[in-house]
Amino acid sequence: MEEKKSKVTLHGMWASPYSKRVEIALKIKGIPYEYVEEDLSNKTETLVQLNPVHKKVPLLVHDGKPVAESQVILDYIDETWKNSPRLLPEDSYERAQVRFWVSYINQQVTEVMGQVLFQEGEAQAKSIEEAKERFKVLEDGLKKDFPNKTIRGNDDVGLLDIIIIATFGSHKVYHEELGLEISLINPVNTPTLYNWIESLKELTVIKEAEVPSDRLVPFLQMYRQMLLQQAANA
Amino acid sequence: MADEVILLDFWPSPFGVRARIALREKGVEFEYREENLRDKSPLLLQMNPVHKKIPVLIHNGKPVCESMNVVQYIDEVWSDQNPLLPSNPYQRAQARFWVDFIDTKVFEPADKIWSTKGEVQEKAKKEYIEALKILETELGDKTFFGGDTFGFVDIAMTGYYMWFEASEKCGNFSIEPECPILMASAKRCLQRDSVVKSLPDPEKIVEFAFKIRKIYCV
Repeated sequence: MEEKKSKVTLHGMWASPYSKRVEIALKIKGIPYEYVEEDLSNKTETLVQLNPVHKKVPLLVHDGKPVAESQVILDYIDETWKNSPRLLPEDSYERAQVRFWVSYINQQVTEVMGQVLFQEGEAQAKSIEEAKERFKVLEDGLKKDFPNKTIRGNDDVGLLDIIIIATFGSHKVYHEELGLEISLINPVNTPTLYNWIESLKELTVIKEAEVPSDRLVPFLQMYRQMLLQQAANA
Repeated sequence: MADEVILLDFWPSPFGVRARIALREKGVEFEYREENLRDKSPLLLQMNPVHKKIPVLIHNGKPVCESMNVVQYIDEVWSDQNPLLPSNPYQRAQARFWVDFIDTKVFEPADKIWSTKGEVQEKAKKEYIEALKILETELGDKTFFGGDTFGFVDIAMTGYYMWFEASEKCGNFSIEPECPILMASAKRCLQRDSVVKSLPDPEKIVEFAFKIRKIYCV
């Protein structure tokens, strides 16, 4: 095993769930890293130079080499630091299943969740209906494809777990504090997903990475107002 | 025990073609099944109930969906020949980054070129060429995106290379003068055995593009 000291830097943003995914992956693998908080309205030279195509966070820099796009970064981390936990299963078919649901969350679910959080009135009502359907698909899929899922410790954390906790970890905040009347994730409608999240939250490394709700709530409220204003002006 | 490999596909699909090429690169025997997307087979609906889309690879009865997941799966299962991804993790990350770029920045405008007109189409053409130029810079003086060997990124792009002529005709523009280096690499890809065997006649794609354009672009 390589003992050479490597330098790992993560350029991230505290409220970004994509940034959070990488943070959790690094922590769960015990990889020491330096964190650079990016102000997205005033990006560092380094970010712009090392991710010229997208200029986005998260950006991982490993011994000077940049890796961009959260999913690409997570695969890179798993393939470079082969210690436990492995983020993807050994079996090719199981890997394909994990990738399928990660894709579903990334493409179908985050989009509609964003719409629910940042729309109002009729548009929001419509998005809520769409969101309920997509969460049902996710719930049924997770139940069917991962029937024996248990989280006993860090070794049980893989790619799908990271995506789930980073994307949905703050779901109670949305419901309780943002005045969203319905909860999309709850023990009645989405018990598998709900319990999966609760189990992950028991882990110390996950608790330590949690975004504090007293910071997240005003941020989301401000962001929501900004997007509603933009939509009104359009 | 012989593997049973079935591919549910649709002949002009730039996504389906990726799976066909990957299987042929690996010399895998497979059964190709043409889907009528306006009358999807019970097998497709059963194997991909979430999206009901092609391509679906069915390997010994188990389905794999989403074109680049299918390509990765093929590369992992039939790993003994023609690796489609490099072995070095950093190079693999680069390949995945560019496939993500292709599936976002090339896909969206490409889709609009055949399905829209007027200002929307003009904007799409501009974005499409911009994205191709970025890819061309990444390609540089390499034979393929992966260097000397045809691989993951080239497979992803071949779906779009096969639609170049149709896009040009729908949008009334020419790609080669804008991206001559990318076009040269495209031509090399299109001559590859696995690609030649997997691609439909380009004239048929143009014909198909105009047929669906009539439906979407009123």
